[in-house]
Amino acid sequence: MSEILRVENLKKYFPVQKSFIEVFFSKELEFIRAVDDVSFSVEEGEILSLVGESGCGKTTVGRMLVGLEEPTSGKIIFKNKDLTSLEGEERRAMHRHLQIIFQDPYASLNPKMKIGDHLIDPLLIHGLASNSEAKEIAMEMLERVGLVPADQFFNRLPYQLSGGQRQRVAIARAMVLKPEFVVADEPVSMIDVSLRAAILNLLLSFKDEYRLSMLFITHDLSVARLVGDRIAVMYLGKIVEIGDVDEVVQEPKHPYTAALLSAVPSFEKKDLRIDIKGDVANPRNPPPGCRYHPRCPFAKKECKEVEPELTGDRHRVACHFPLEIKID
Amino acid sequence: MMVAESLASNNKVLKIRNLSTHYFSRRGVLKAVDRVSMDLRKQEFIGIVGESGCGKSTLAFSIMRLIQPPGKIVEGEILFNGKDLLKLKDEEMRRVRGKEIGMVFQDPMTSLDPLEKIGDQIVETIQMHEDVDKKEALEKAMKLLESVGLPGDRVNYYPHQLSGGQRQRVMIALAIALNPTLLIADEPTTALDVIVQEKIMEILEKMKREGRSIILITHDFSLAAEKSDRILIMYAGWIVEMGDSMKLVAEPLHPYTKGLIESVPDIWLARKIKTMPGFPPDLINPPPGCKFHPRCPKAKEICKREEPPLIEVNGRLVKCWLYE
Amino acid sequence: MAEKPKANVEVKNLATRIFKPIIPEAEGRNMVIAGLIIVITILLMAVLADVIAPYNPTKFAGKPLSPPSLQNPMGTDNLGRDILSRVIFGSRIVLVVVFSAAMVSMSIGVPIGLISGYFGGKLDRAISMVMDSMYAFPSLILAIAIAAVLGPSVVNAVVAISVVYVPTYFRMVRGQTLSLKSRLFVEAARAAGAGNTRIMSKYIFPNLVTTAIVVFSLSIADAILTEAGLSFLGFIVTAPTPDWGFDLSSGRPYLPSGYWWMITFPGFMVMLLALGFALIGEGLSEVYAPGRER
Repeated sequence: MSEILRVENLKKYFPVQKSFIEVFFSKELEFIRAVDDVSFSVEEGEILSLVGESGCGKTTVGRMLVGLEEPTSGKIIFKNKDLTSLEGEERRAMHRHLQIIFQDPYASLNPKMKIGDHLIDPLLIHGLASNSEAKEIAMEMLERVGLVPADQFFNRLPYQLSGGQRQRVAIARAMVLKPEFVVADEPVSMIDVSLRAAILNLLLSFKDEYRLSMLFITHDLSVARLVGDRIAVMYLGKIVEIGDVDEVVQEPKHPYTAALLSAVPSFEKKDLRIDIKGDVANPRNPPPGCRYHPRCPFAKKECKEVEPELTGDRHRVACHFPLEIKID
Repeated sequence: MMVAESLASNNKVLKIRNLSTHYFSRRGVLKAVDRVSMDLRKQEFIGIVGESGCGKSTLAFSIMRLIQPPGKIVEGEILFNGKDLLKLKDEEMRRVRGKEIGMVFQDPMTSLDPLEKIGDQIVETIQMHEDVDKKEALEKAMKLLESVGLPGDRVNYYPHQLSGGQRQRVMIALAIALNPTLLIADEPTTALDVIVQEKIMEILEKMKREGRSIILITHDFSLAAEKSDRILIMYAGWIVEMGDSMKLVAEPLHPYTKGLIESVPDIWLARKIKTMPGFPPDLINPPPGCKFHPRCPKAKEICKREEPPLIEVNGRLVKCWLYE
Repeated sequence: MAEKPKANVEVKNLATRIFKPIIPEAEGRNMVIAGLIIVITILLMAVLADVIAPYNPTKFAGKPLSPPSLQNPMGTDNLGRDILSRVIFGSRIVLVVVFSAAMVSMSIGVPIGLISGYFGGKLDRAISMVMDSMYAFPSLILAIAIAAVLGPSVVNAVVAISVVYVPTYFRMVRGQTLSLKSRLFVEAARAAGAGNTRIMSKYIFPNLVTTAIVVFSLSIADAILTEAGLSFLGFIVTAPTPDWGFDLSSGRPYLPSGYWWMITFPGFMVMLLALGFALIGEGLSEVYAPGRER
């Protein structure tokens, strides 16, 4: 396998909106450290699940990959080219291979644009097809994602479609450019339960067919395990654990991963109780040392002072005192 | 309905018989809840599971008699501790709400007044029903917050100063302020992360241990399976299956229940998921016969023509022709 | 007696049938239909003035200052001209002025608002400041000031009125663009590689159209009153050209003597036409209320 995407020391700091009085009394600009030094890589044909709670920065990572957000620092190396150093036409050409599927299928389609045009437009933008060819490709893609009869769906407007159908359109729009890498940002969390499986299986079918690589962003560990080859767990802007899905899920080393796992509802409840204290800290001033230490039941003195590095070979964890448990 | 009756015994907190709630729109009549019967025992934790639009929230709002036009409860009985809620005067019903039945909604922000301190809102609720002075009520409010795992000094906070999970705790505190015997939680954790969800569920379980009956309405089958004693599966306004949670998950009877379980990714059951064909029906023009038949892998001729009866199988109830 | 209501019902049904395909079924539709009936009737009146007006509006048609009668249904003015005919012909100038003015202000205000809102930054702040300071003036006073500088004529009135309403379009379109440009579907287009021009023309502009139509109707309703005011002050037409606002001012001196009909009918028409457009605008804004994705 060869690596298709590598992210190195990626950071995104958002300046904090301040009131007049705050600006007056403090000179320093404050930042929300949404993503704070994140590194990972994705192999060709691999799905990396990125999990974490809301506000942990996982969506911001995805948005940076597809160019919707400029990194504060760090590199995004896609097919041996650093996307952050590219500009203009070259950048646009590279981004054709990097597409995104958003969470909200109700907001991600243009309410005044026909379904078919949503698929044609990307092809025309990149000059990949003439009008009539584009229409043909769009029809094929509609059929491919299960919107049949395609000619009927082609002329409809988004409001005439259900949430599940809209998400199929969003997938079709991303796939029509034949990308090599797709960021899927919570693609099923707003879809009806009984329709989720269909959407997930559809995405997985593209992986097999095109050898597609994917960053699958989700808060749902069950989904993350199902679709992912590997899994990365984020907490307060940092990756705290990353490794092969089964290893991370069955032998979690980070107390946060274990706490998440013990809270996931399941038909087969495991006897796993890892406590977690309080609430997530404010990303404006993350705690010193390990960011998780105020909530960690195992925290020791070192955790409050020294920030742990992500260490390990294939299963990497950022913890001074990694757990040694096995769940089966 | 006879079967449901036969299962009935004493210590029933809630008995719903043949309840129908319809919405009247320009396009036609939408049967959100269609002749539903169910029971809830004292200190029982029941999970109502279904997809959006299956009528589970309408059922909850019907119990509270909070259905707004164009919706209307068109028939049935809701017997709560022996009295029919549908026959009460508005004034009497208002006393039932809060005092006897508490409700927690999906979005706590819309149910909390953003301009009023948490404490004042709880005090107001207490004083509306109980004759206590402000100081006493405030003390009670602090105790309530502590009972849902929040520090008592949060009475001085405004809703926006709390996180989503904390707000939902406040909502539970409000719902139990008057010590109701029944607590209905309508998708209380849908907007929250798993860890917070777990904490909220712990509170609900504690409420149950304290003697209350709990109705948890959720689209998350595994959550209901894990937390509730009994599960009710709703589809297109019908209860299609109900019974003991463990048994229902281990051996689902209704094809919809089975399909749902097989289509949900599960963290510990490392297995492929199966796609359920089709999509939920249009409730204004539902399919004839069994409303699930167009999606059902086991549909027979009769399913397309006649509504299936509610049948008792191994102590469970299932609305399906397969078991006739 | 019993015939009349029935006819009304039929008219209403007919109207519903005609407009149903155009206007989605929603609250506010009846307002739109009522407004359209008023406006279309007055439009027809203006177009067919030569056919339906009983007299030449600038010629003697009866005893001066005679009250409404069978010969002169709205009476005659101080020069013996038929008021009904003047009211019918008078609709022409006001309609021409307000329509042209609204078109001009729309075609200036919409693109500026779109560009300003989309790109933001210093340019946006500068344009917004100019527009806001214009908007702060009462529309009639601003129009008078401009018309006074340019001199009285129909064309100048159009210019004056269009300038007045540019900020209205600008503000609405800019605000909408601000919210649209951060919507997910615009981000999706950007992720698919769409450039600024394409995003503005294919993704943002189509979503502004309904707003522009609403603003168009409401600003016309307001412009009618402004036009009447300008005309009343003599900034648009000179005698003997019939125009409602102008006729109001010629009739005003006779009101104290009890000749009420000289100002009542043109005044009523001004009000009715403004009401018609206001109904359309308000109705449409309800039909296309946010949340309804049509």
